[in-house]
Amino acid sequence: MLLKANRLRELALGPVLMLLSLASAGAAAAGDKVNQVNMAPGATEIGQSIYDLHMLIFWICVIIGALVFGVMFYSIYYHRKSRGVTPSTFHESTKVEIAWTVVPFLILIGMAVPATSTLLDIYDFDDAEMDVLITGYQWKWKYEYLDENGENVSFFSNLRTPQGEIYNTVEKGEHYLLEVDEPLVIPVDTKVRFLVTANDVIHSWWVPELAVKKDAIPGFINETWTKASVEGIYRGQCAELCGKDHGFMPVVVNVVSKDEYAGWLETKKAEAAEIRDLMAQTFTLDELMTRGKAVYERNCLACHGANGEGGVGTAIAGSAIATGDVSGHLEIGINGVPGSAMQAFGGQINDVEMAAVITYQRNAFGNNMGDLVQPIDVYNHKKG
Amino acid sequence: MGDHHHGPAKGLSRWLFTTNHKDIGTMYLWFSFSMFILGGAFAMVIRAELFQPGMQLVNPAFFNQMTTLHGLVMVFGAIMPSFVGLANWMIPMMIGAPDMALPRMNNWSFWILPPAFLILASTLFMEGGAPNFGWTFYAPLSTTYAPPSVTYFIFSIHVLGLSSIMGSINIIATVMNMRAPGMTYMKMPLFVWTWLITAFLLVAVMPVLAGAVTMMLMDIHFGTSFFSAAGGGDPVLFQHIFWFFGHPEVYIIILPAFGVVSQIIPTFSRKPLFGYDSMVYATAAIAFLSFIVWAHHMYTVGMPVAGELFFMYATMLIAVPTGVKVFNWVTTMWRGAMTFETPMLFCMGFLVLFTIGGFTGLMLSIAPADFQYHDSYFVVAHFHYVMVAGAVFSMSAAVYYWLPKWCGRMYNETMGKTHFWISFVGFNITFFPQHFVGLAGMPRRIPDYALQFADFNMMSSIGAFIYGASQILFLYNVIATIVAGKPTSEAKTWEGAEGLEWTVATPAPYHTFETPPQVR
Repeated sequence: MLLKANRLRELALGPVLMLLSLASAGAAAAGDKVNQVNMAPGATEIGQSIYDLHMLIFWICVIIGALVFGVMFYSIYYHRKSRGVTPSTFHESTKVEIAWTVVPFLILIGMAVPATSTLLDIYDFDDAEMDVLITGYQWKWKYEYLDENGENVSFFSNLRTPQGEIYNTVEKGEHYLLEVDEPLVIPVDTKVRFLVTANDVIHSWWVPELAVKKDAIPGFINETWTKASVEGIYRGQCAELCGKDHGFMPVVVNVVSKDEYAGWLETKKAEAAEIRDLMAQTFTLDELMTRGKAVYERNCLACHGANGEGGVGTAIAGSAIATGDVSGHLEIGINGVPGSAMQAFGGQINDVEMAAVITYQRNAFGNNMGDLVQPIDVYNHKKG
Repeated sequence: MGDHHHGPAKGLSRWLFTTNHKDIGTMYLWFSFSMFILGGAFAMVIRAELFQPGMQLVNPAFFNQMTTLHGLVMVFGAIMPSFVGLANWMIPMMIGAPDMALPRMNNWSFWILPPAFLILASTLFMEGGAPNFGWTFYAPLSTTYAPPSVTYFIFSIHVLGLSSIMGSINIIATVMNMRAPGMTYMKMPLFVWTWLITAFLLVAVMPVLAGAVTMMLMDIHFGTSFFSAAGGGDPVLFQHIFWFFGHPEVYIIILPAFGVVSQIIPTFSRKPLFGYDSMVYATAAIAFLSFIVWAHHMYTVGMPVAGELFFMYATMLIAVPTGVKVFNWVTTMWRGAMTFETPMLFCMGFLVLFTIGGFTGLMLSIAPADFQYHDSYFVVAHFHYVMVAGAVFSMSAAVYYWLPKWCGRMYNETMGKTHFWISFVGFNITFFPQHFVGLAGMPRRIPDYALQFADFNMMSSIGAFIYGASQILFLYNVIATIVAGKPTSEAKTWEGAEGLEWTVATPAPYHTFETPPQVR
């Protein structure tokens, strides 16, 4: 309620803000993004040169606009019939026409030179120190750190904002819609090359402050890169319409010191080893239910509903699949339903998570099947 | 053949079977206005949902259907048919022809339009909902991942493409063959010139669009893989084909608007248009350039750097002929004796706001900067400045300008001016803040947004409601004029007006120029 009152008060300032905005373009302080009116130079050299280019073109447009509108408004004021003027009859001048063809052309050349040089810088993919494969999924991102020794670290990055915030039942948090369960972590002052692709439809990976936007196209791999010079958390979103939850697949990048990055990578590798251990374990129903609930909320809830009631996806509560044969249930979870929005989750979540979420679906929402699915069952199903 | 001077038939058959260019023009205009209201209603749903952060009124799936249908209905249902209607009414009267060259085809090109849009609108009630992949319908979202209604959408696009092609063939045939003696090409009013060039653009690119949707149809139902990498195709191919149609399409929408403004500004400046010849050449240059700049809509798809550079330079060049046009309009006003009736106000609004849209267009042409602007609200702001303040404002100007000639009654000037000022203010409140949120990082086509964008979005929504309401005033003013406007029989409604359409009686008789006038 307080938030609302604040916004309304600021709204009254709207027209003033609009006037001020042209004058203060570029003055938006980093960190305070509320009512930001201009592009942010961000945390990279490329971002700075794009910003400079943007401001250069902007000011050229402002000057030309001032001249053209100046002449126009002078004319509107002084050359009006109510002032008793008689209209002239002149209607052509080759000299003037040539002048206003040639002069803009020269101005354009002046713009093209810095634009070309910035573009060539952006297209310089050489000397990347590390590679990250980014894959767009409906509606989440997968990050895979490509390792020379084949020890790739990979994980999915899902929206963390709870449904309650989106559907207005609880107060919205500071980073509403721009928060994920697991951000991309990259080291500072390091040229990171991104290989961008998609699994289903076209997405676009955009982080304004890292000056990166690249379309993720299924079946093709695009290249782009960034080199952040300031540590911090940078937030962006999918920029290409990719279906129902296009507005709900944010990008969060955590730029950390090189040491911290190395430590983080070790932890991730250890975690991967731990999951390999977990694969061999047998879990109790309670353990599986707890893990399964978390997996469900991250991966299934958007389509199948908080209580398994369905939505874009079919209902899970009382469904023939969730109350039928275990292997049929596993089949759909692992391989999806081709040609529908139900994806093949077998490659997206690990076997522990799959076992947990299948168990959860069979024992929640009034589905009291009482049967347990263990990681080994998932493994065996995948092996056929 | 005694009844050569017959009037219109009675009742419904007048409209169903008419081959009269004025009747068909009228039907086009009313149809496009009804589509404008429908597309506007979709826009109101979008802005109402975006009034505050969080999902309030609709769900994300329906929101996507609204953005898709808003774009399709406005582009293909409102703006394009409105200018075809204007062409039908005005081109024969401007070149001294008795009617369009192919009157029966004219009847067809109108009457297949309403069914096409009926089919499109009916998808809203189908299983799986209406098309939800944006008006640019990028594959594979529009093929493998599309709702079943996509097939109806494809059929509808085919039919309205057919209508556009027939309409433009008619305009080309009319302008080339039906000009009155002495009406040489370089004496034609600019509205006729811009439409002639537009018609060629339409004939060139509508078949490309038809090709694109046919390939989609094949991919969806007949197992081909034009746009699927899994079968050896390429999703980016779709974008190349779409924008090869789509960029000329932008000029198809704006060139007739240029024509309208070039008629109206001289009238109310009481001074001939400055640089007529250069206006014609600039129009032709813009039309040519429109064919070689399409990939500037796709800077982020991962083109080679040489491709980026080519499309960037070619796109920047468009600023030259467009600049020439703006300079010519301003110079036409210079040392004229201006008055500011409603049509002139809308043209002034056009001039200022279209120029701003042109500036942001120039900014967008700069490929490295576009990596930040692309698919953000900055783009939404840009194209509404050229589509709404460009095409729709000029269309409003045209209606006020020629309405007295059409119906022999004068509109209410105060109400007209009120309509303009509310539109102008509402439009800017709606779209100016969208530049800000776009630059700050808000992507387009999202049903919900981060809290930092909240104020400007609320402002935008309020502006949209104001702009929407002003169109009701427009509708009321037009109906009030037709029903009970002050009768006028002056052949020349406006003191400074020039051209053959002002030499015929007011209201324009059912048949005009049955004997061709002599143009000196």
